[in-house]
Amino acid sequence: MLELTVNGVVRTADVEPEMPLLWVLRDHLGLTGAKYGCGISICGACTVLVDGEPVRSCGFPASAAAGRKIVTIEGLSAQGLHRVQTAWIEHEVPQCGYCQTGMIMSAVALLAKHPKPTDGQIDDAMSNLCRCGTYARVRKAIHGLAGSPAAGDAGAAPERADAPPAPASGQA
Amino acid sequence: MTQISHRREFLKVSAALGGALALEFGFPMASAAADGGAAGAPVAEVTAWIVIHPDDRVVIRVARSEMGQGTLTALAQLVAEELDCDWANVHAEFASPNEHFRRNRIWGSMSTGGSMGVRASQDYVRKAGASARTMLVAAAAARWGVSASSCSVDKGVVTHASSGRTLRYGELAADAAAIAPPKDVPLRDPKDWKIAGKPVHRLDTPDKVLGKPVFAVDVVLPGMLHASIAQCPVFGGKIASVDARDAQRMRGVKKVVREEGFVAVVADSWWRANEALKKVKIRWDVGEDGDASNATVTRMLRDGLAQEKLPQARSLGDVEAGIAGAAKIVEAEYRSPYLNHATMEPQTCTAWFKPDGFLEIWTSTQNGEASMTAAAQASGLPLAKIEVHKMMLGGGFGRRGGPQDFVRQGVAIAKAMPGVPVKMMWSREEDMRHGFYRPASIVRMKAGLDAQGQAIAMHTRIACPSILRVLMPDVPLRGGIDFTAVRAFSDMPYTVPNQQVDYAMRNGHVPVGFWRGPGQQNEFYRECFIDELAFSAGRDPVEYRLAMLAEGDKNRLVLEAAARAAGWATPPVAGLHRGVAVANGFGSYAAMVAEVSVSGKGEVVVRRIVVAIDSGHVVNPDTCRAQAESNVVYGLGPVLYQENNLKDGRVVESNFHDFRLPGISEMPKVETVLVPSGGFWGGHGEPAILPLAPAVCNAVFRATGKRIRSLPLAHHDLRPA
Repeated sequence: MLELTVNGVVRTADVEPEMPLLWVLRDHLGLTGAKYGCGISICGACTVLVDGEPVRSCGFPASAAAGRKIVTIEGLSAQGLHRVQTAWIEHEVPQCGYCQTGMIMSAVALLAKHPKPTDGQIDDAMSNLCRCGTYARVRKAIHGLAGSPAAGDAGAAPERADAPPAPASGQA
Repeated sequence: MTQISHRREFLKVSAALGGALALEFGFPMASAAADGGAAGAPVAEVTAWIVIHPDDRVVIRVARSEMGQGTLTALAQLVAEELDCDWANVHAEFASPNEHFRRNRIWGSMSTGGSMGVRASQDYVRKAGASARTMLVAAAAARWGVSASSCSVDKGVVTHASSGRTLRYGELAADAAAIAPPKDVPLRDPKDWKIAGKPVHRLDTPDKVLGKPVFAVDVVLPGMLHASIAQCPVFGGKIASVDARDAQRMRGVKKVVREEGFVAVVADSWWRANEALKKVKIRWDVGEDGDASNATVTRMLRDGLAQEKLPQARSLGDVEAGIAGAAKIVEAEYRSPYLNHATMEPQTCTAWFKPDGFLEIWTSTQNGEASMTAAAQASGLPLAKIEVHKMMLGGGFGRRGGPQDFVRQGVAIAKAMPGVPVKMMWSREEDMRHGFYRPASIVRMKAGLDAQGQAIAMHTRIACPSILRVLMPDVPLRGGIDFTAVRAFSDMPYTVPNQQVDYAMRNGHVPVGFWRGPGQQNEFYRECFIDELAFSAGRDPVEYRLAMLAEGDKNRLVLEAAARAAGWATPPVAGLHRGVAVANGFGSYAAMVAEVSVSGKGEVVVRRIVVAIDSGHVVNPDTCRAQAESNVVYGLGPVLYQENNLKDGRVVESNFHDFRLPGISEMPKVETVLVPSGGFWGGHGEPAILPLAPAVCNAVFRATGKRIRSLPLAHHDLRPA
């Protein structure tokens, strides 16, 4: 039995240690925000935060996440919208939206590390692939957030007592 | 906040009306719970398109699919505009395909392609909104015993001016629903629009940024299992034998399903299904195409071009005489490879044969009706016993419309697991190798120029597979012509007096399909060739094109607008080079100026794109701009490096390592100039992709002196000589 701390809640899953974190989240814990895109750690649709670092969860063995803090899009903010999500709405970033949860997780990690990222830092950090071409708006939204207060940044925050309860549906 | 309603409002309504097809929708969508506050409250379907709640919430039903292009919001805007409700109260939901059939296709077409979502439904959805407004006003007038003409409406409130009385739509909806819809209703002049024509926020964005389960791959149902499939790597091949003994012993595996053309493993998680699938030993009978390669395709297409007599897609004047009398002749051959759609969400379908004999399906479809039909065929059930839940698409680009292979497969797998919902999702590798590809084609163009360099004759020969023949084999092609293979030439706007366009249909074993802007490879050929003619004549490529476009041709307007916005009249800064192209298609006109740089190593970087688009009317300018950005990025991959090659009858590329997608650092600055000239309705999902490849390649020519007559650029050595 694997024990994982997801969005501040300890969850257990009866899975093989080599099962990628993505599939534990999606099919065993009912958290479908992170997406499958390529399965080979290229596209980034599966990006989640592990101890604040963006991780391609499709190529990350779940056992390697044990004892570490996993944050998914569902746990990004205890108070409705995280500031990155708000900026994404403000700038109308998503189109089809499939890659956007991964994009948002990468942006959260980037802003935690570089509150005022340069274009080069954005290029390096935002390696997520998008077929719809939202890149210009991703950049604009991140620049718009530069230097704004980081309150509620789950990626950077320590253990939170106010974490939302795990969704009731989708338990496996 | 406006948001998408995932509930099927109509179910409650039809039950209230006694139409009663009692469906139980176990739909664990996050927002369904949020919707629950209104459960049990009376709601009224004012027209088939509009349901109004007592609390003034307006639910607008949308028949077309949402794959990122913004149609869901744009159509809701058009309805809300005529309805005159408060936009803040507007929710949207997809119209039910089951209900659609039961009500004699009441919502018109559900097909979502060809940039037609708005332009082909704007008329009837606006009328639906206007009809409902008329009925709501009539209901208020009747309540007050006054004439309807003495009442006015603003933001969902009807006012009787002389008495100062007001009633909200939510208070009137039930009465209005009982009033016969008016026969004819006037529509607002777009210049008076208050909701349409404005860059309102998209209705689907909040759920998408929150990571809510809006996509087909996100569906979670009680007791649901997961499936991964393997199809014969050679198109058209069959299964010879399957040994699933090892796979069946693997953890979580419930069943190995063998169907015609594919093997599926059903397990308790997708990863376990896919791991087990790798252990299934499948021997394929690859058939006669097992040795097909790129060379086979080239031979096939060249054989087409070698035919003396071919069906003609256009014949103007006398092309032979025109070329014979020309002062100069320019000839060129261009070609393009097959291309996969590579939607970010792989093909997927969840199907559930329920104990009550009903089949429910959750899928990403560009055509809810086509999914219903495919499900009926695959299940043997009547349409009345099937419901397709249209989910948000993780990209479509033409892959999920005509071909409904994924629905047939999903249904076949679930049929083997009666009573159990099964979510099938393709692996990326399966998706890359089992597409309906943009056709590979070869085109030869020959032009005769007069002494001033003006084209007086142009003969084009096109060898290209037929998309329509593959997707609609039973529909005869008029004159042997598939317009998707000849467009841009058969309707070329340039006033060349003598034109002939020949079409050689050559269909290989690779399935072809509508790929964003079907036939757009022809714009690459035509607009690069026109650039060759302009260069040959020593003329400016913008001026050269304008000289061949008739007065009043809308291609002129966009070409002039793009040139102006790009600063065409002044040279670019050192190191940058410009190219231009103009195109019309999918109801709109689009002209583009590309600025590129080419490094000493021959690397092309597209720095800036200026695109001018005339779509007649613009319903949401921000979404239209987003679509222009989208077309640039989607079109850029095939210009730079994307292609699908064939070897041993199969597609070589398998994933994003060998089928690269452009990343954020490759995104050029896109400046979109919307120049809606009114009087017609054009699309936005595809037009801007049309001029991209030629504009970039024409700029590369200016930078390097090298003509790019085949894509991708990765095959060209662009280092300075």
